[in-house]
Amino acid sequence: MNIVVCIKQVPDTTDVKIDRNTNTLIRSGVKSIINPYDTHAIELGLQIREKLGGKVVVISMGPPQVIDSLKEAVSMGVDDVILLSDRAFAGADTLATSYTLAEAIKSIGNVDLVICGKQAIDGDTAQVGPGIAEHLNTPHTTYVNELCNINSANITVKRMIEGGYEKVEMDLPALITVVKEVNEVRFPSIRGILRSREIDVPIWTSKDLNIDFTKIGLDGSPTQVVSVSTPQINTQTEIFTGNAKEQVHKLLEALNEQKIF
Amino acid sequence: MDYFLTEKQQIIRDLCHRISQEKIKPVVQEYDESGEFPWEIMDILAKSDIFRVFIPEKYDGLGGGIFEMSLATEELSRVCSGIALGFAATGLGSMPILLFGNESQKQKYMTKVADGTIAAFALTEAEAGSDASNMKTTAEKDGDYYVLNGVKQWITNGGVADIYTVIAMTDKNKGSRGATAFIVEKGTPGFSFGVKENKMGIRASTTMELIFENCRIHKDQVLARPGMGYIVALKTLDRTRPGVGAQAVGIAQGAIDVCLKYSREREQFGQPISNFQAIRHMLADMSMQTEAARALVYAAARMIDSGAKDISKESAMCKCFAGDVAMKVTTDAVQIFGGYGYMKDYPVEKMMRDAKITQIYEGTNQIQRDVIASNLWKK
Amino acid sequence: MSIRVTDSCIGCELCINKCPFDAIKMESGKAIILENCTLCGACVEVCPVNSIEINKSINNDINLDEYKNIWVFAEQRDGEINQVVYELIGEGIKLSQKLNEELCVVLIGSDVKHKAEELAQYDVEKVYLLDNEKFKNYNDEIYTTAMTEMIEKHKPSIILLGATAMGRSLGPRVSARVETGLTADCTELDIDVEKRILLQTRPAFGGNIMATIVCENHRPQMATVRPGVMQSPSKLSHRKGKIIIEDFVINNLEIKTRLIEIVKEIEDKVKIEEAEIIVSGGRGVGSGEEFSMLKELAHVLGGAVGASRAAVDSGWISYNHQVGQTGKTVSPKIYIACGISGAIQHLVGMKSSDIIIAINKDSNAPIFNYSTYGLVGDLHEIIPMLIKELKQGKSFPEAATAVD
Repeated sequence: MNIVVCIKQVPDTTDVKIDRNTNTLIRSGVKSIINPYDTHAIELGLQIREKLGGKVVVISMGPPQVIDSLKEAVSMGVDDVILLSDRAFAGADTLATSYTLAEAIKSIGNVDLVICGKQAIDGDTAQVGPGIAEHLNTPHTTYVNELCNINSANITVKRMIEGGYEKVEMDLPALITVVKEVNEVRFPSIRGILRSREIDVPIWTSKDLNIDFTKIGLDGSPTQVVSVSTPQINTQTEIFTGNAKEQVHKLLEALNEQKIF
Repeated sequence: MDYFLTEKQQIIRDLCHRISQEKIKPVVQEYDESGEFPWEIMDILAKSDIFRVFIPEKYDGLGGGIFEMSLATEELSRVCSGIALGFAATGLGSMPILLFGNESQKQKYMTKVADGTIAAFALTEAEAGSDASNMKTTAEKDGDYYVLNGVKQWITNGGVADIYTVIAMTDKNKGSRGATAFIVEKGTPGFSFGVKENKMGIRASTTMELIFENCRIHKDQVLARPGMGYIVALKTLDRTRPGVGAQAVGIAQGAIDVCLKYSREREQFGQPISNFQAIRHMLADMSMQTEAARALVYAAARMIDSGAKDISKESAMCKCFAGDVAMKVTTDAVQIFGGYGYMKDYPVEKMMRDAKITQIYEGTNQIQRDVIASNLWKK
Repeated sequence: MSIRVTDSCIGCELCINKCPFDAIKMESGKAIILENCTLCGACVEVCPVNSIEINKSINNDINLDEYKNIWVFAEQRDGEINQVVYELIGEGIKLSQKLNEELCVVLIGSDVKHKAEELAQYDVEKVYLLDNEKFKNYNDEIYTTAMTEMIEKHKPSIILLGATAMGRSLGPRVSARVETGLTADCTELDIDVEKRILLQTRPAFGGNIMATIVCENHRPQMATVRPGVMQSPSKLSHRKGKIIIEDFVINNLEIKTRLIEIVKEIEDKVKIEEAEIIVSGGRGVGSGEEFSMLKELAHVLGGAVGASRAAVDSGWISYNHQVGQTGKTVSPKIYIACGISGAIQHLVGMKSSDIIIAINKDSNAPIFNYSTYGLVGDLHEIIPMLIKELKQGKSFPEAATAVD
């Protein structure tokens, strides 16, 4: 079973703070991490390999610092990693990103299963996975929370939907996107960490791919961000003082006065 | 203090820290109460290669030694010394094989331990505690086999381990020179387990009786030579005592960790108790003592790993000192927490219960002092 | 495609602060764009002297004028129309008025003609009905093919889908096939009347910033819209849309996805999206047992229990209760945040509540910046007190029952 897992390096958004004076993100000191959903995708890839044999290759598109995240994947035990990095890829929206990743997957060749995280926590679009599947002309299933069965010909998964789940079978090759419930992510192993420190991460540029240059990067992106703003905040807060009882009383009074209901 | 750890040693420490924080911390209380063996944690440690740290590369290990074993034990003990013991006692249980096993024994067993198979060391008996030579378990030769009879008591990892090194008397007349060490696998006919002990501390660790009733062990399972059993035991314990010391240092450090946090949060007389000199001085002493214990443990471990032969005194010193420090520091930690410290809702009472064992097992601290003293006049 | 800084740069460093990716630095008083630039354009906007230029080459030869009208994808399961569809119609009405184009609904399903009739009673021009046994259950491949053929045939300018499990699977597949843009999980839509394009606003970076996105040179402009954000319209009795039956033949489509079963799971009866009062707990609550205190308060108030991601991740309460970026978006009359620090990811899910009451022992917790009322203290003391007072029938429950 040849498995490709697509990951994204993201800022740990739980750490992101806004500078209220300049209305910008304070990024200094914010760690870069593997998108949490993608770590579950890696774990699932490793589990399938442990069961059926084969290879797990992790790919990512982004600037050179993404090498750190790919090394982290190596420390978890994946076989190979590839970074797609090129100025020509910059500015890609989900369409151009999924096209580029799909072309890389074609270049790897003979891939049976592609696994992505449900969505990235910085963009939250959830669009790249299905987009890759479309460009690869393979079936896909999103929001997978359980792998029921997999063999050389097909895969059966549970997909979370509103108010329950669907059980879906697909012919391979196929693509799935996974939610956190699908598994518990392993820790890296010491041998994996040692290997990750030695490995040279191969970098593929646009020239290494059989790619249509009008479909990548900013030029290949139909959508464009035209403005960015910071959500407004309510600055009129009434903070009550006193001990617990006094505060509770003041709250009830205030609500009463306002005739809230 | 900077102990100039190598890259690999830093990886071991950091990974054990991460596993402790993310996986062990949430289940500490649960295992302390239930007394179950923490298989899920052992599985994580195994998959992360922690069991490999003290095993030579030849047997699928990472080529480290006592120092690496101590680092891992300390870091895990910082959060739960009971859970850490599942690992540390495997180190003890497999050390006789590593030290005295022949090539085929090492190939067979050490590779399994590297993959996370639990091991145990069985020396203590009801009437043979500090006086190990008063052993009653016998191994009578019968052709190619030895027939084991007797009961081993308070065996850490008893019942959960698959591999046991057992010391038994093959020739009672020869006294301590009549003991022999055997590798016994779980499931061998005639080998069963008695009661599981209900302990004061390290409750996540399993302690059990091993019962041998006409248990036939092939002579290939003998470690070193017949009659070497006592030497095997003593040499093993000389090497693993820093592990107990590391466990003690981990417990003490864990107590300091929670005290530092609590003393900033807890307010009395309108200010955090960390502002009070009484508390500050206690914490200063606790940190000083713990650092001293750590330095001694690391120095002894490094000395052992260097191949030094005469290590009994240093090994005894670090275990004894660290054990006493752990007891003192955790007692003080309970004091800093005050009434809350006495409650099971807070972690320090468990640490105090756990600390006590480090003054008792692998040789009581009184025995350690005897060992140290008897070495003082040697030259 | 390129980004460049012209000589007019005055070195004011505004762009450095604005850049969300740390991709600009100053070198001898001029801004330099670094390798990790994603061409997001934030710097272009902030530059006071217009010296940053992003040039995009347009390699698209479609005739934009051929594309007209706004479509709403009418998601249904078992003939039940998803609530979000009505919200999309409500929003679509506003957009269609601004553009002066038609609002149409696309309904794909099996035996759903009566639903088409019902949808036609809203202020829509047309309902395209694709009724076929093969559409009975949602299938990505079949639905994608159906939608793309519909797009090719009718050429809509805008397509709105719910940001549901279905919409977020179908949307990207369709947009990739017709090679157009899709904006995910929008919370605001508008029209740039001059350019006649759709302005799609959505939270990014866990809600820390709101990004407005356009799809200027490709059609249709597609967006998935977060459920619970837009207003549903009311039915119109005097006007009825046309139902247009599309005879869609599934030709030579090799289906590689097979539905084996659909299982409905009995959820907790929490419909926090619909609750008027939500008592929500975060890390400060301390444990699963202590959540019962919040449940009691919610019960006394006749409300529901919510939770922050921290509480859900700690296993204190199930995911169904999660409010925020990765949970549900709610806008109750009263939102009581207990032991929730107010991380932006949580705030995006509840900040439109009418009244926000924060209880937190840390007076510097960001939640207080967003609250109407703040109580600083130990929630384990305050909440039982509040429950006690409410049970004694004091103050606002009386007001509540009086108006309810």
